[in-house]
Amino acid sequence: MNCDACKASQATVFLTQIVDGKMQKVNLCEACSKEKGVTDPTGFALADLLLGLGAAQEMERGGTVQKCPTCGFSQADFKKTGRLGCGACYQTFSEGLATLLKGMHKGTEHIGKIPARALQSIQRDSQVRTLQRDLRKAVAAEDYESAARLRDQLKQF
Amino acid sequence: MALHNILTSTGDWLGGDGPHHQIVVSSRVRLARNLGNFPFPGWAKKNERLQILEAIKPQVELLPEMSDAFSVYSQDLSALEKQVLVERHLISREHAAKGLGSAVVMNRRQTLSIMINEEDHLRMQAIRSGLQLKSVFKMIDKLDSLLEERLDFAFSPQLGYLTACPTNVGTGMRASAMVHLPALVLSEQINQVIQAVNKIGLAVRGLYGEGTEALGNLFQVSNQTTLGEKEEDIIARLHKVIEQIIEHEQNARQMLLQKRPNTLLDNIGRGYGILQHAYSMNSKEALNLLSFMKLGIDLGFFPEPCRQPVDELFMETQPAHLQKGTSQKLAADERDSLRAEIIRSKLAAFPKPSVGSGGPGNGASHSSAN
Ligand SMILES: [Zn+2]
Ligand SMILES: [Zn+2]
Repeated sequence: MNCDACKASQATVFLTQIVDGKMQKVNLCEACSKEKGVTDPTGFALADLLLGLGAAQEMERGGTVQKCPTCGFSQADFKKTGRLGCGACYQTFSEGLATLLKGMHKGTEHIGKIPARALQSIQRDSQVRTLQRDLRKAVAAEDYESAARLRDQLKQF
Repeated sequence: MALHNILTSTGDWLGGDGPHHQIVVSSRVRLARNLGNFPFPGWAKKNERLQILEAIKPQVELLPEMSDAFSVYSQDLSALEKQVLVERHLISREHAAKGLGSAVVMNRRQTLSIMINEEDHLRMQAIRSGLQLKSVFKMIDKLDSLLEERLDFAFSPQLGYLTACPTNVGTGMRASAMVHLPALVLSEQINQVIQAVNKIGLAVRGLYGEGTEALGNLFQVSNQTTLGEKEEDIIARLHKVIEQIIEHEQNARQMLLQKRPNTLLDNIGRGYGILQHAYSMNSKEALNLLSFMKLGIDLGFFPEPCRQPVDELFMETQPAHLQKGTSQKLAADERDSLRAEIIRSKLAAFPKPSVGSGGPGNGASHSSAN
């Protein structure tokens, strides 16, 4: 049996894990199992590896974009490594990643911690959107006094 | 501070005094973070990796928690030093393979460790003895909040913290507990437990050894998913499951004591005998026998002062820890002899297992002398 990672050497390390009731098997050669850190007790590596192997195929099916404009990373690179090139890759390959993330995680939206800096800009964005909506309403209602005040507030952002 | 000082002290989390420390060896939480304006380490060019490193390392060193830190570039660590850090769970195997462009910063108590340019720009971990996932999370969360005041982390309102591997995106958090489950293994209930835990989206795997083999009956339970759930909820879920595992293990111990005391005593007695008298022992055998010694102490067959030396042996008998004590390079068979020697000397003063009243082995320690 050949190694699932390099497809060249004889597999000597056989891994089985049950994820969401489904059995997943991965066969690796000595070199790849070391390289992938299968013996790493820290817990990151194995899950990544197991999901990573199927992940690339999943993304290939879904996506149409070939290269990330920010970092030049391609789908072929993802297939090879199971890793992405940069943060913008999530946007670039969002189509293909959507299915992948859905199958991999509990949900598709982050509901956890937000860094303080990001929180500020998220709040600012939503404030701007609220003001713009109110401004449209005020203009439609011909309430020019409010409109002028809202416009001034928007200018401050 | 010199690495030497770090390595000669065992680190707080090995002290073994946290809640439920008999069954839960340690709790650990890791966060993955990246800078927004650079490629991930695996895709970054060498000069970019160096820029990332120089942007992050000084900020990490400035943290109040790191005032007594050991901070070093990966290329300045020897292969052996890296291996020792891996055995201490202070760096990952993957990080040990890194050279120029990576670094590690850890506090003196070895409860905090920050890898720079591992798979992500930052992998930050907190680790403590026993079951204390919540406080361990708080430790690392605080550190993260301090760092993000000074560093711009890659973050998307929809997907959360962006990581090199999509399996970590969202919270970027892996929380785990290392648990010692000899009775569940002995009574062959461990697979049921693993399957039940897997079903609710948590992963269980052997700490040492490959595949399903778990040397030393040590397992790691961790969250499998990072997106779509709050950090606190992940921690709470994991905590609850670990509590249930502890209960199962305790029940299994009571069952063995009542229904199969001879199986139990045989394993503990053999562990004691072999460890005290062997002249060559590989690390697999050592871990498995030490596991039964640990169980024997938990069950009161050995006095409490035996606990710390046994806990220390789990670490000290690992290959790199053996090697660091000597100047010449040890071959495998030399390591096995040295391992046996260290164990013999540590266990020399241990009394025989004292089998309490009630069991069929009652008085066995005395009658064996007749
Ligand atoms: Zn291979
Ligand atoms: Zn990219």
